[in-house]
Amino acid sequence: MIAAIGLVVGILLGLVLTPDVPQWLEPYLPIAVVAALDAVFGALRAFLDGIFNDKVFVISFVSNVVIAALIVFLGDKLGVGAQLSTGVVVVLGIRIFSNVAAIRRHIFHA
Amino acid sequence: MNDTPRAPLDEPHATPGHARRSRAKLLEALRKPSRSQLAGAVLLGLLGFAMVTQVNSNRQDDTYAGLRSSDLVQLLNGLNAEARRADKEIADLEQTRSQLSDSTQRRQAALKRATEESTTLGILAGTLPAQGPGIRIEVTDPKDKVTLNNLLDGVEELRAAGAEAIEFNNDVRVVAQTSFEDAERGVVVDGRRISAPYVIDVIGNPDTLATTLDFIGGFSFDVKASDGNVKVKKLDNVKITTVTKPGSPDFASSADGQ
Repeated sequence: MIAAIGLVVGILLGLVLTPDVPQWLEPYLPIAVVAALDAVFGALRAFLDGIFNDKVFVISFVSNVVIAALIVFLGDKLGVGAQLSTGVVVVLGIRIFSNVAAIRRHIFHA
Repeated sequence: MNDTPRAPLDEPHATPGHARRSRAKLLEALRKPSRSQLAGAVLLGLLGFAMVTQVNSNRQDDTYAGLRSSDLVQLLNGLNAEARRADKEIADLEQTRSQLSDSTQRRQAALKRATEESTTLGILAGTLPAQGPGIRIEVTDPKDKVTLNNLLDGVEELRAAGAEAIEFNNDVRVVAQTSFEDAERGVVVDGRRISAPYVIDVIGNPDTLATTLDFIGGFSFDVKASDGNVKVKKLDNVKITTVTKPGSPDFASSADGQ
């Protein structure tokens, strides 16, 4: 319940404040959001598996975001930023799909 | 990354009872908030915030804002190439324009020259009205003794003195082809009968024209010998309005070389 409320509050805050994305964060924010989504779906799946641990969730969330941003940053420095961010998005997308598939199987048995 | 063991896609424990239990677990978690949800709530809030912010910033008109420097360089190169092409096109078009304006100027100059020439020739040929300094000669002939030859001599003298346009009685323009015939009480000039007193308007240098008539044995002398009288008035502006109809030559055509 608190988690759902947190999500709603975050969305409302974003809608109300409509902050500008700072210049230095611009290339990393979309990737970070996708990485965080992956962490959230992984957590949901772990919860349904009965092995959810809030510490693990926090660490996985933060490390997901940091590593995704790091990969993009490294890619930018190496001159393959666009390609690497595409790769990261693809990998995270696949993970999100598999996690959502597991969650679906848990809830709908299908 | 979540350190949960990943189940294979064909999970063996996916049974109807399991699904029911899973749903119940979710509902319970929604109903009974536990402290361990707090961290998740904060992170989820962060995620929602970031997501909305990103969506908002993506919706703004920033076609180039999210691009990397390499992409921007590529775009810039493309634009530079386009600008160069456009510059070249501008140069080409300007050249064409200057060529066209050159040819227009040449044509205009030629046209101006031709117009001037046609005006000059028209005045000399009598096809255009003319005005300018000149003299007015009034010849009275009380005894009808001034002959055609006298007038013709006068015209010849005026021509020799540089008369550029001659008009008789405000009625007939005298040009190269003008004919003179004798007639009862007067003369027929170009088919028109004119009679005394004759008024001859002449455009040319007034002094030269006036002097040339006064030579001994000249026009004035002859007319006076015929009991007539000649009055010469120098005018600053003589207007000759009658014109002759230009006839196209039947036999002559322009020869090459001029």
